[in-house]
Amino acid sequence: MTANTISSTKEKQVPGQQAIDKKGWLRAHKWLILRRISQLSLLALFLTGPLLGVWIIKGSMASSLTLDVIPLSDPYVMLQALMSGNLPTQAGLIGVIIILVFYLLVGGRVYCSWMCPINMVTDAAAWMRRKLGLKVSSQFSRSSRYWLLGLTLILPPLTGAIVWELFNPVSLMFRGIIFGMGWAWMVIIAIFLFDLFISQRGWCGHLCPVGAFYSLLGVKSLLRVSAANRDQCDDCNDCFVVCPEPKVIRPALKGADKGISPLIDEMNCTNCGRCIDICDENVFNFTKR
Amino acid sequence: MSNKQGRGTSVESGAALTGTSSKKKATLNRRKFLGDTLKTACGAGLLGLGMGTYSRQVESTPAWVIRPPGALPEPDFSGACIRCGLCVRDCPYDMLRLAELGEPVALGTPYFIARDKPCEMCEDIPCAAVCPTNALSHELDNIDDARMGLAVLIDQEECIAFQGLRCEVCFNVCPLQGDAITIEMQHNRRSGKHAMFIPVVHSDACTGCGKCEKACILEEAAIKVLPMELAKGLVGEHYRFGWKQKKVAGKSLVTPDVEHQYNLPEGVTYDYNKGGLSLPPESQSDETPYSSNPLDSLKRLQNQESK
Repeated sequence: MTANTISSTKEKQVPGQQAIDKKGWLRAHKWLILRRISQLSLLALFLTGPLLGVWIIKGSMASSLTLDVIPLSDPYVMLQALMSGNLPTQAGLIGVIIILVFYLLVGGRVYCSWMCPINMVTDAAAWMRRKLGLKVSSQFSRSSRYWLLGLTLILPPLTGAIVWELFNPVSLMFRGIIFGMGWAWMVIIAIFLFDLFISQRGWCGHLCPVGAFYSLLGVKSLLRVSAANRDQCDDCNDCFVVCPEPKVIRPALKGADKGISPLIDEMNCTNCGRCIDICDENVFNFTKR
Repeated sequence: MSNKQGRGTSVESGAALTGTSSKKKATLNRRKFLGDTLKTACGAGLLGLGMGTYSRQVESTPAWVIRPPGALPEPDFSGACIRCGLCVRDCPYDMLRLAELGEPVALGTPYFIARDKPCEMCEDIPCAAVCPTNALSHELDNIDDARMGLAVLIDQEECIAFQGLRCEVCFNVCPLQGDAITIEMQHNRRSGKHAMFIPVVHSDACTGCGKCEKACILEEAAIKVLPMELAKGLVGEHYRFGWKQKKVAGKSLVTPDVEHQYNLPEGVTYDYNKGGLSLPPESQSDETPYSSNPLDSLKRLQNQESK
């Protein structure tokens, strides 16, 4: 971080104010709003059945049936079941393939930013962190999630059980909303407080093995964010402030001298589009590889 | 190995005091990398230990938790069930639930409580058919073959049938009445002249649906569905029952008993199956040592008293 960017962030009260001034609030929050609509309507599609008796999708994110025809299954939890020695049924397998193909195309971590309900919790924590100006954050490796991913795949053959599903806050929250919370809201609050007071972007950016699994699906995804107009960048630093995975931006944005492509070719980019929203110089856009 | 090399390099550079800054930096980076990696690996390992041991504890499911029909035995079930809730949704009677956080059941797994809502034993078994992982086995094609547990008339002190009262509600609601539960008559020793109508569960037919437990008229059910491993005993594999072996072999496999010789007066025989002792035919006249007329006995008593 150069002295220049530090001084420029000090001048501004709110990151993204420039974008709001220039593009208007709605366009400065376009992808954020679309993501929230996506996350909430996914929940709504599962909830119309139990609440209104109109069954569109039944089940949960682990495995579901759309309109009693289309099976969808989470490849991560199915892999864990496989690791403990259980083959999926034919419907289960078809469901896994559909989901795999989808995320291979649009980017694995689209799961995180467009589907996962925990994302709303950790985004809220990150937002409040910025509002409160909290700078203190426990540092631990961003690769921790891959260790945890390995762990969740080694434990099933060792114990014969899908161990991670006893803890997984993602399925806990999703299932909680659809089937009944129990004490699950405590875990959701714990993750919010963890991200807010203990570690910045701690859960989604460092620990979550679900995100780690989906990041691996996105290594060669078709849909990507590109810093196509990087020559327009005025070093305001806003994109780094709002990005849930700030490390993914730098090579694409600042790598022109080294001949690095403007395409954000990082598996941990969640394709959330916040950088596109927040940039008043329209540096970023969605593109295909 | 690489750690040792790293230490060697740093000692060398320290002793010579001529190591370039980049070399020093590389060593430090390597040390930092190794240190960080070990830190993360140890953290993950500790976490894994905790999670693994916890998962073993969770497998000790309470006895009142009954899995849907076709469920794999408990240790296998927790490795196959992905907690999607499709079985809950496809149950037409809405009697299944997913374990919520804080319940003493493995998180997110489906179960039912017989006393609240028993299994209605649908013929097409929709809960098992929709399961994407065979945690509820698709091989189960006849609901009568389901073994969700076993009903046990566990409290014979409280069951009113054992008080000699007519109840038989469990027998009457049983979907496999006459096979899974039968009524056996026993002598009522309290009254001395009545029968007790005792419900008896047969494990070769009982599916563990829990209708009997639900219907039991007591405050707390006297008949309860228990997990198979709690409800069933098992005879040692070496054990052989003589009468069964005899039936299979067509003859006794042990030396036949020598026929017992009774030391009886001449002409008298003993046969248990034919009424015990029998006297020789000439003594089987109407003349008995006592008069067949009861009045004679009374007269005799009166004579004794008058004396």
